[in-house]
Amino acid sequence: MDLSGVLEIASCTDAGMVRSHNEDSIASDQERGLVVLADGMGGYNAGEVASGMATTVLVTEIQQSLRQKKPFDIDEQSGLPFAQTLLREQIAKANTSIYQAAQSQPQYAGMGTTLVVALFYDNRMTVAHIGDSRLYRLRGDDFRQVTKDHSLLQEQIDSGMITPQQARLSQNKNLVTRALGIDPVVEAEIHDYETLPDDVYLLCSDGLCDMVSDEDIGMTLQTLSANLRLCAQQLVQMANDNGGRDNISVILVRVRKGYSAPRGPLSRLFGWFK
Amino acid sequence: MAKLILSMDGLVLKEITLTKERTTIGRKPHNDIQIDNLAVSGEHAVIVTILQDSFLEDLGSTNGTVVNGQPIKKHFLQNNDIIELGKYKLKYVNEAPAAQAKAADFEKTMVLRPGAVKPVPGPSQAASASVPSAAASESGGAKSFGDTLVGGGSAPGASQKPSPAQSAAALQLLSGPNAGKELELTKPLTTLGKPGVQVAVITRRPQGYFITHVEGASFPVVNGKALDAQAHSLSDHDVIELAGVKMEFFLKA
Repeated sequence: MDLSGVLEIASCTDAGMVRSHNEDSIASDQERGLVVLADGMGGYNAGEVASGMATTVLVTEIQQSLRQKKPFDIDEQSGLPFAQTLLREQIAKANTSIYQAAQSQPQYAGMGTTLVVALFYDNRMTVAHIGDSRLYRLRGDDFRQVTKDHSLLQEQIDSGMITPQQARLSQNKNLVTRALGIDPVVEAEIHDYETLPDDVYLLCSDGLCDMVSDEDIGMTLQTLSANLRLCAQQLVQMANDNGGRDNISVILVRVRKGYSAPRGPLSRLFGWFK
Repeated sequence: MAKLILSMDGLVLKEITLTKERTTIGRKPHNDIQIDNLAVSGEHAVIVTILQDSFLEDLGSTNGTVVNGQPIKKHFLQNNDIIELGKYKLKYVNEAPAAQAKAADFEKTMVLRPGAVKPVPGPSQAASASVPSAAASESGGAKSFGDTLVGGGSAPGASQKPSPAQSAAALQLLSGPNAGKELELTKPLTTLGKPGVQVAVITRRPQGYFITHVEGASFPVVNGKALDAQAHSLSDHDVIELAGVKMEFFLKA
């Protein structure tokens, strides 16, 4: 199913005010409803290599797989929609690629990347993430963070050691507990969410949410949702105005209308003959 | 690495670097920081250090632990905090990485792998009564998402204070049903116009105020000139025309 008429996607990525190069990487496929954002880490150019590999591998492999199977097909073994299985498998594949590159080439040793991926289909989306890149949702007046970081701070918040307010003062920022390409195996956190028309989704690297408060991000999304491209640029600009200490990447996705998968008897029949 | 400077009556006695996960403070000799004074309990307090962050916890001492004049049970230490134990003072020094030479290196995201840091025996949960000394202020802007629209008729609520670093600015409507009204530009973003017809946004930035076209077929006009898609820097007394309404931008002294 072609989602280009359903989703509106805008993105912006910037090195920020301090870093000399951008280790973030973003990619999207409007037709298939796929958005990918990765924030690479590792010395020299290795971060860029890791995040670039993650986005490239995921986009091309997912495009390939979606030619054979629909994301809403139910997997017989697990009973889960194919989208979930697909993301899990392809993330594992990307992890292996990055890990092997890091092992075989000394200049890439220790490289890795955070990741947040969303695949839209059948009035919902499957979100997978690893590390501290985030997905937020604006629905009406309600702006909230959907993903929960895999980071030391989040663990401290969860255990009650510190409050989210105190976390802003912490000097232990940027310590992720999970990343793609660091270990031979990584577990992505994968969930399904329903989407509604007029929802706006924001995928971002920590360069945005470390520099701009959630309140300001939410306000910007709400004020400028009529012009997603401007909104994306504005978010990056706000992060830069506040110091821009890290690379900043944002992807905005607006759901224009419902997009339930065709499941009538006729389309099933067509499916049979495919 | 964070350190403590022990002093009494302004006289520096000792400097202690917080290298251990748990640094104990008390009168008894087995403490990491021994303060031989009767006002200090045998086991008075402990500082738990997790990488760059340190947490101070009172261990049920007789005379209590005071940070920056406030008695605490548990406290997330911040640079230049003063811990008072009787007559003794401990100053906590933990320079923010940003202030150090290789700022960029410290900001880099790193993976914390299992085993890299020993699991910390968390300070007792009972200490949740701690009062964060510098709780991040809740931005008042959160609830007032809806911006005043020119044409909308509602009077602008100007309850918020602009950031002190920047001169305040406002718009005065010159035509339309609300002519004469003033709209203070207190938020980082203020939208103007009618949704679906023509909308522009004024952004407040460190460099000043900028107007940008958001939606609609026609672009805002500033001093008689139509803008393009780029942001346009506003100067004092610029006249903006938008959705048939004229307004003047001015800086407040």
